[in-house]
Amino acid sequence: MTAFFQSEFFYNYRRSSSAMIGSALMAFFALAVLLGPFLVAQDPYDIAALNLMDSYKPPFWLEGGDPQFWLGTDGQGRDVWASILYGARISLFIGLVAMAASCFIGTLLGLIAGFYGGIVDSVIMRIADIQLSFPSILIALFLMSAVGTGIDKVLIALTAVGWVVYARTVRGSTLSEIEKEYVQAAKVAGLPNHKIIRKHVLPNVLTPLIVIATIQVGTFVLIEASLSFLGVGVPITQPSLGLLIKNGFDVLFSGLWWTSVFPGVAIMMLVFGINLFGDFLRDELNPRLK
Amino acid sequence: MMRDTVQQKLLEVRDLRTHFHTFAGTVKAVNGVSFDISAGEVMGLVGESGGGKSVVGFSILGLIDSPGKIEGGENLLDGEDLVKAGETRLREIRGRDISMVFQDPMTSLNPLHTVGRQMDEVLRLHSDLDAEARHAACVDMLESVGISRAAERLKAYPHQFSGGMRQRVVIAIALLARPRLIIADEPTTALDVTIQSQILKLMRRQIAEKGASMILVTHDLAVVSEMADHITVLYCGNVVERGRTRELIEAPAHPYTRGLIDSIPDLGNRHERLKQIPGTVPDIRNLPQGCNFRDRCPRAQALCAEIEPDLMPQRGSLSAACHFPLSPGDTA
Amino acid sequence: MFGYLLKRLIQMTLVLWIVSVIVFLMMSFTGDPVFMVVPIDATDAEIAQARRILGLDQSLLVQYGRFITSLVQGDFGNSYVFRQPAMTLILERLPATVEMVLVAMALALAVAIPLGVYAGANPNSRISRTIMAGSLLGISLPGFWVGMVLIFLFAVHWGIFPSSGRGDTAELFGLRISLLTADGWHHIILPAVTLSLATMAILLRMTRAGMMEVGRQDFMKFARAKGATRRDVLYKHGLKNALIPVITIFGLQLGDLIAFATITETIFSWPGMGKLLIDSIYRADRPVIVVYLMLVALIFVVINFLVDIVYTLIDPRITLK
Repeated sequence: MTAFFQSEFFYNYRRSSSAMIGSALMAFFALAVLLGPFLVAQDPYDIAALNLMDSYKPPFWLEGGDPQFWLGTDGQGRDVWASILYGARISLFIGLVAMAASCFIGTLLGLIAGFYGGIVDSVIMRIADIQLSFPSILIALFLMSAVGTGIDKVLIALTAVGWVVYARTVRGSTLSEIEKEYVQAAKVAGLPNHKIIRKHVLPNVLTPLIVIATIQVGTFVLIEASLSFLGVGVPITQPSLGLLIKNGFDVLFSGLWWTSVFPGVAIMMLVFGINLFGDFLRDELNPRLK
Repeated sequence: MMRDTVQQKLLEVRDLRTHFHTFAGTVKAVNGVSFDISAGEVMGLVGESGGGKSVVGFSILGLIDSPGKIEGGENLLDGEDLVKAGETRLREIRGRDISMVFQDPMTSLNPLHTVGRQMDEVLRLHSDLDAEARHAACVDMLESVGISRAAERLKAYPHQFSGGMRQRVVIAIALLARPRLIIADEPTTALDVTIQSQILKLMRRQIAEKGASMILVTHDLAVVSEMADHITVLYCGNVVERGRTRELIEAPAHPYTRGLIDSIPDLGNRHERLKQIPGTVPDIRNLPQGCNFRDRCPRAQALCAEIEPDLMPQRGSLSAACHFPLSPGDTA
Repeated sequence: MFGYLLKRLIQMTLVLWIVSVIVFLMMSFTGDPVFMVVPIDATDAEIAQARRILGLDQSLLVQYGRFITSLVQGDFGNSYVFRQPAMTLILERLPATVEMVLVAMALALAVAIPLGVYAGANPNSRISRTIMAGSLLGISLPGFWVGMVLIFLFAVHWGIFPSSGRGDTAELFGLRISLLTADGWHHIILPAVTLSLATMAILLRMTRAGMMEVGRQDFMKFARAKGATRRDVLYKHGLKNALIPVITIFGLQLGDLIAFATITETIFSWPGMGKLLIDSIYRADRPVIVVYLMLVALIFVVINFLVDIVYTLIDPRITLK
């Protein structure tokens, strides 16, 4: 542990204000998501707890505001702050799970493509290339329109879009590793494939994967938000931050801005934090720049 | 090469210090280097890779970028101190009074510009010739460095030339504005062995014809023994020996130089093991006290660990920085 | 040259064919379009008849066969909602989308390239760091939310720009183009700005990265050793080299713009094909969705092809294979 705190990584981390801000934001959201429900008095999805008399209260610093609902309330009297905390949970959950699934599947396919080569490799890479020439949002949108809404469907769509980058990276790493002489020598000596993977490929590919994975969480949060905004994402019973924005959009024109603006700020801070930290990670873990 | 007994000093480098400030400490790449070059002379600047040789060349031209900085010393070109010169003055000198040949011809040329355009650039910067005259000059120069069908080749791109041809182009660019001093930084290291001697011969001929001087930066003693009039040996940022080529190669005073000479494979003697200088170059951020070479030196004594030796005249033209220099006939 | 073109043509056709298969399969397994066509109180017999007319009673392979044959003829059937040829509907709205995408791309380039060059040439300056922080923010923002905020500020609150719709159009070569009228520009500003932000940020970062990468190259130092000014070296030698990686993603970014236009058009009620797509998804108007997807696939494939051609024009080292 102390070795970590004395390492060059940590030294650079302390010197990088963006890294620290980024991780602070991420930590804030992690806490908010874990502890959120305990911090707010109102469960915004418990209909019994809502009071229509509280509806459309502006943020507390404006006239008509109520310090109990510091960011205001929506049309049903739901506390915006509470909604954001609950919504962030869903957004982050989707982002993390989809990332994990993409990473797993993508890495697996990349290893298969790299090791077996030949037609398996060609097929996998062709699919990857075709997918990459289309914007992910469009593919996700199309998938969602076909399979219907729901968190599980969103996860499937995101995974279908997200696996490609892992597959390519891992395949590249695998190919370069098996070319290396010491690996070939080991193979001749009878080293099984899974050992090659564990000892040679994975350690080399780990750092780029970490960077990709970190940033992908942010990307997925944004894609899910867009899908939900368009109505093909999460269901209304489990509103993510994107869906909150959509709900607020309808009343935006009447000047009731807080129900849609604040959830957007939340997304922005979350993704910005992830990107800040991810940028720092990329620079730190990139051996080429050293 | 023409040498008078009265030699005008073209370049005088005095106690040059160039340091790089990095995360892991300050790298004193050049730490008190001095030498002189007269008109028409070739000086070999020798040392191991990473020993600061290239930095000397860049420092002379003022091409040290952050985190590097010239911390002290003087570079006198005809008496004018280049260290104190402003960027505008330095730009006049670069390419015209002093020019440089880089090591790797594959990366020295801009891949997106034709060779002709890159040659033309030098003349546009440093002469008043019109387009036609410039073109003619480029054609002449390309031919004189041994590239046939020069006018056609000017329209070609660098990737259409082989390594050796590209280096000829680089040399042509370096010679175009008739510089008085050419700094050649490992000009043949990146080339095939068979091409190397061609390029060296070419350079020697061009310098002789134009009466220019050259600093030949290299780690290859064999090359330098053929081309140079005098040699400066660098180790860890300091000059450890210098003198006229013949004397230095035949009977060096500094053990490091001896080690370098000994490690040249002798094809005539097939049974000897390849001699190496034991140990490795010390971490340049953390140089040992006393003589930098002492950990690898077979002659090191207690004194060497305490006091850093100064460069002292030894015998003939040789000066060496050593407490226990070699005498002629010593084999270290 | 001809061999290359032929090869690319075959590749492009292959991709389009694969897309058509995927689109067809997806569409077949989602919902039953017969109910879009028959009235609510239709009898079983009427439903069966409708099925026959639509060809839904045939096997999948036959259906696909019919699908693909009419596809190549440009016949995608009629929209279930509008009862007009789906192709016509999409093509009518294509100019509006193209307008917005082009303006957004122009905006993105105009801002991203100069700022990116500056930030790459002076990476440690205060201004550069602010620019980079800003660009990072740019890729962290949900585009639709930015659009909303802009609408609220500039349309609802300050009333400077209209909040929705396309402006007046004038006709050119038979196309209705709103960029030819002042009112058109008045309407396109907010949506184009919204659309351009993410692309602007990405192009800026790539330009900066390219400039920094190129700054490390030997030929830059060699040019300085010739006596060239720092500025000349940067712009005359460095810039073109630095922009090569930017061209790689240019095509992808153009594709992204078309994709995100769907969202922007929805927010601003911009009558482009993106909005039509979203509406069609809501209404399960299959033929329109199919046309959109195939058309967009075609556009992407062509864009990628053109980008490759541009590559060879810019970098003399690259030849067509």
